[in-house]
Amino acid sequence: MHNMASIKHKNAKRIEGLDKNVWVAFTSVAADPSIVNLGQGYPDIPPPSYVKEGLAQAAMVDRLNQYTRGFGHPTLVKALSKVYGKVYDRQLDPFKEILVTVGGYGSLFSTMQALVEEGDEVIIIEPFFDCYVPMVKMAGAKPVLIPLRLKSTATTGISSADWVLDQEELAGKFNSKTKAIIINTPNNPIGKIFSRSELQAIADLCIKHDTLCFSDEVYEWLIYKGHEHVKIATLPGMWDRTITVGSAGKTFSVTGWKLGWSIGPEHLIRHLQTVMQNSLYTCPTPLQEAVGRGLLRDFELMGQPDCYFSALALELKGKRDRMAAMLAQTGMTPVVPEGGYFMIVDVTALNQDLTHMGDDEPYDYKFVKWMIKEKKLAAIPVTAFVGEDSVKQFEKYIRLCFIKQESTLDAAEAILKNWNKG
Amino acid sequence: MWRRVAVYGPSLSVRLAIAGFHEKGIMSRRLHARRLEGIDKNIWVEFTQLAADYKAVNLGQGFPDFSPPSFIQEAFCNALTGGFRMHQYTRAFGHPNLVKILAKFFSRIVGREIDPMEDILVSVGAYQALFCTFQALVDEGDEVIIVEPFFDCYQPMVMMAGGMPVYVPLKPREGRGPALTSADWVLSPEELASKFTSRTKAIVINTPNNPLGKVYQWEELQVIADLCIKHDVICISDEVYEWLTYDGAKHVKIASLPGMWERTVTIGSAGKTFSATGWKVGWAIGSGHIMKHLKTVHQNSVYHCATAAQEAISVGFQREYDVFGTEDSYFHQLPITLHEKRKRLADCLKSVGLKPILPQGGYFMIADISNINVDLNDPTTKEEPYDYRFVKWLIKEKGLATIPVSAFYSPEHRDQFQKYIRFCFVKEDSTLQAAENILKQWSENK
Repeated sequence: MHNMASIKHKNAKRIEGLDKNVWVAFTSVAADPSIVNLGQGYPDIPPPSYVKEGLAQAAMVDRLNQYTRGFGHPTLVKALSKVYGKVYDRQLDPFKEILVTVGGYGSLFSTMQALVEEGDEVIIIEPFFDCYVPMVKMAGAKPVLIPLRLKSTATTGISSADWVLDQEELAGKFNSKTKAIIINTPNNPIGKIFSRSELQAIADLCIKHDTLCFSDEVYEWLIYKGHEHVKIATLPGMWDRTITVGSAGKTFSVTGWKLGWSIGPEHLIRHLQTVMQNSLYTCPTPLQEAVGRGLLRDFELMGQPDCYFSALALELKGKRDRMAAMLAQTGMTPVVPEGGYFMIVDVTALNQDLTHMGDDEPYDYKFVKWMIKEKKLAAIPVTAFVGEDSVKQFEKYIRLCFIKQESTLDAAEAILKNWNKG
Repeated sequence: MWRRVAVYGPSLSVRLAIAGFHEKGIMSRRLHARRLEGIDKNIWVEFTQLAADYKAVNLGQGFPDFSPPSFIQEAFCNALTGGFRMHQYTRAFGHPNLVKILAKFFSRIVGREIDPMEDILVSVGAYQALFCTFQALVDEGDEVIIVEPFFDCYQPMVMMAGGMPVYVPLKPREGRGPALTSADWVLSPEELASKFTSRTKAIVINTPNNPLGKVYQWEELQVIADLCIKHDVICISDEVYEWLTYDGAKHVKIASLPGMWERTVTIGSAGKTFSATGWKVGWAIGSGHIMKHLKTVHQNSVYHCATAAQEAISVGFQREYDVFGTEDSYFHQLPITLHEKRKRLADCLKSVGLKPILPQGGYFMIADISNINVDLNDPTTKEEPYDYRFVKWLIKEKGLATIPVSAFYSPEHRDQFQKYIRFCFVKEDSTLQAAENILKQWSENK
C-alpha cells in the first residue's frame, strides 16, 4: 500500500527552496479595496487606446487567433527591429537577433536556461528584481551579490544617482567561473540609471574576464528629464556578449499582456530560441500583432512629444515629484529615482517602534505589515530585493509604486498627511 | 587554456569552432548550457517555414483555419473593454474567474471536488504546462516512459530536465488484418510492464493521441494505472484533444480511475478546446501536493499568463458548463463538424492510393505512403528519413503541406516508421477541397 505523499512525488532538485516568493506574501493585500496599494508594480492608469483597439482588431482576423511563428510574430519582430535598430543605431535581424517571450520575466528565464549552468557564477547587483536569484539557482549556478551603496550623507535631496557600486568591490567579484553579470537599468527598486561611465566600467570587466552581460532594460522608456538611458550593448566590444531584455507590458502600460523580448547577437539568441521551442514554443498571436502595430505607430513619432514612449515619462515625472514631496513631509527620506516607476524611501527618521512584532523578520517587512494594518497603505519591503548579507544596509527602506491614477495618489496623500496624527 | 586561442591563431580557432567551442572569436568559452545539447532541432520551425515559402495548401501544422466560435470572440472583445485590470497582471497561478470555472467544470466530469486554487495551474498553452511538469518532477537520472508515436516535444522536454526517455510503441494489433483505424493500434501489456524500473519517475500518455488519433479505452488505461500504482509512478496525461472524439469513442480521464487522482497531472488546452490556438492558454490539473511543484517552476519562469485571454476563456467555459450535453454546446458541435471532414479526407486519400488510418479522435490522420512511388530526386534531402523527403517533395512539387510521422518517433525507432505522413483535417472545406484537387490531379497524372 503506497502512501499518498510518496517520496517519488518529491520535487526535482532544481526547484528546491525556490517556492517562497515575496509577492505570494503581499499580493493578497491587493484584494482588500480599503487598502491603498502602492506595492506591486503595475499601472492603474489605462493603456493607450490605440493599443487596446489594435488588439480588438487583431482578434477579428481568423489567422491571428491561431499559432504564429515560434520565435516571434513577424509583424512584431519587424517592428522591434525597426524601433531598436534606430535606438541601437545598427541593423537588427528580426529573425535571428530578436526573440519574443512571455514578458521581461520570460526573457530572463530563456536567457538563464540557455546560457547558465552548474559551475557558473552570475553577478547580481543589489537591490535586484527578486526573480534573478531564483532563476540563477534554478539554472544550477551560484549568485554572487554586490550592493549599490549610498555615497551621500545628506538627509534630504537624495537621488538614485547617489547609489553607486564600489569599483574595487565589483572587480573583486569577477573570477574565472563568472559566466555573466546581470544589470538592470533603470533599476527596480531604486530607479537608478547607470551612467555611461558606470556601464563602461562594467563593460571593461566583462571584456577582461570574457563574461556575458544580461541587461534588464524593461523600464528603458521611463527616463526622467535630465537623464539618459544608455544601452550597454552599444558600448565597444559589448554587442557580441550582451542580451538586452525589453517589455511590452512596461512600454505600453499593459503588464497583463505578458510580452517581452530578448535582443542580442545571433550566436546567443539562437540558444534562447532553443529554450523557447522546448518550453512554451510560441507567444499569443493577437497580442503580438497589437504590440507590433503599437510600436510602428510610436516609431513614426519617436522624438516627438506625441510618442507614448516619452509622453508616459513626462506624465510620470509629475507623479514622481508629487510622491517624493508627500513622503518627505512625513519625515521620511525618499530616494528620488532617475527612471522607472518605483521610489524607495528611508523610514528611519520616523523612529517607528516595532519591537512588539518580534525579531524574526527584517525591519522593513515588519514596517510594511504594520503600515498595511495601521495606515491602510501598502508598499513592498526592499530587503525582498537583497541577499542576507545586505539586509542591515537596506532594512529601513520600503518601495512604493507611483504609476497610479491621481485618485490613488490623493488617497495616499491623505494617509501621509495624517501620519503623525497617530 | 581558452585565452590562448588568439595567440595560436586560426588553426586552433578553426578546430575549436568545429568542436562548437567558440563562436565569433569574441567569447572563447562554450556559451550554451549543457541542458540544450541535442534539443536544438525542431520540425515545426523547419516545416512551417517550408509551407509558408511554397505557399502550400497547409494540412501540416495542427491549427484550424476557420474562426473560433463567435461567443468566444465576443468574450475576448468584452474582456478588452472590461476595465484597466484586464490589461494588468492577474493572479500568477491562474486568473480567479478561470480557475474557478475550470474547477467547477472538471469536477463534474472527474467526479471529485477540484480545488481551484490548489489543484489547477494555468499556463501559456498546454506546451508550457508540460514544460512545468517535467521541470518540476524529473531529475537527472529519472526515467520517463513515452508511448510512441508521441507529440514531438515530450522527448526534448524530458532531456532538458535531465531525464532519460524510455519508449514503448503502439503497434497494429496482430492477426486482425490491416490496421485501418487508430483503435487497432495497441500497447502490449507485457512490453509496457517491462519498461517500468525502479528509476521510472513518470509515464506520458496522450489521449486522444497525436498523430495517430487513438482514444484509449477504459481497459487500456486500467493497465497503465495498475502499473503506475504498482511502481509508484506519476502519470502525465496530455488530453488537449479531449472533446474531439468520433464514432462514439468515449474520452476517459485516467485521473478518474481509482488510485490515480493523487498521481496524475492532466493537461488541457483552451486553444484546442475553442479553436483558438493562437491564444496560448492551457492548464494542468492534479492533486495539490504535486501541483505546488509545477507552480514553483511557473513562478520562476513566466510567473503570469496574459489576463484578457484567461477572462475570455472563463466566459467560454461558463457558457459550455450551462449547455453541456445539449445541441448548443460547442463541445458537441465541433466533433460533429470534424467527423465529416475526417471522413471526407479519408475517402480522398483512399481514392488516390494512400492508406489512411482512421483516427478515433483528435485533429490528425496518418496515411501509409508505401504504395506511392515517386522519384525523390532532391539532393538536399538525401540523408533524411524517407517520409521527411516525401513530405518536402510534396510541398515543393505539389504545393501540399503535411508532416512526416517519423518525427513523432524516438531517434532509436525512427527508421522503422518512415512510411507515414500526417494530415490535419481541422480545416475549412475550401482548404480540404484544394487538397483534394491536388491529390486527384497527381493521381490522374501518374
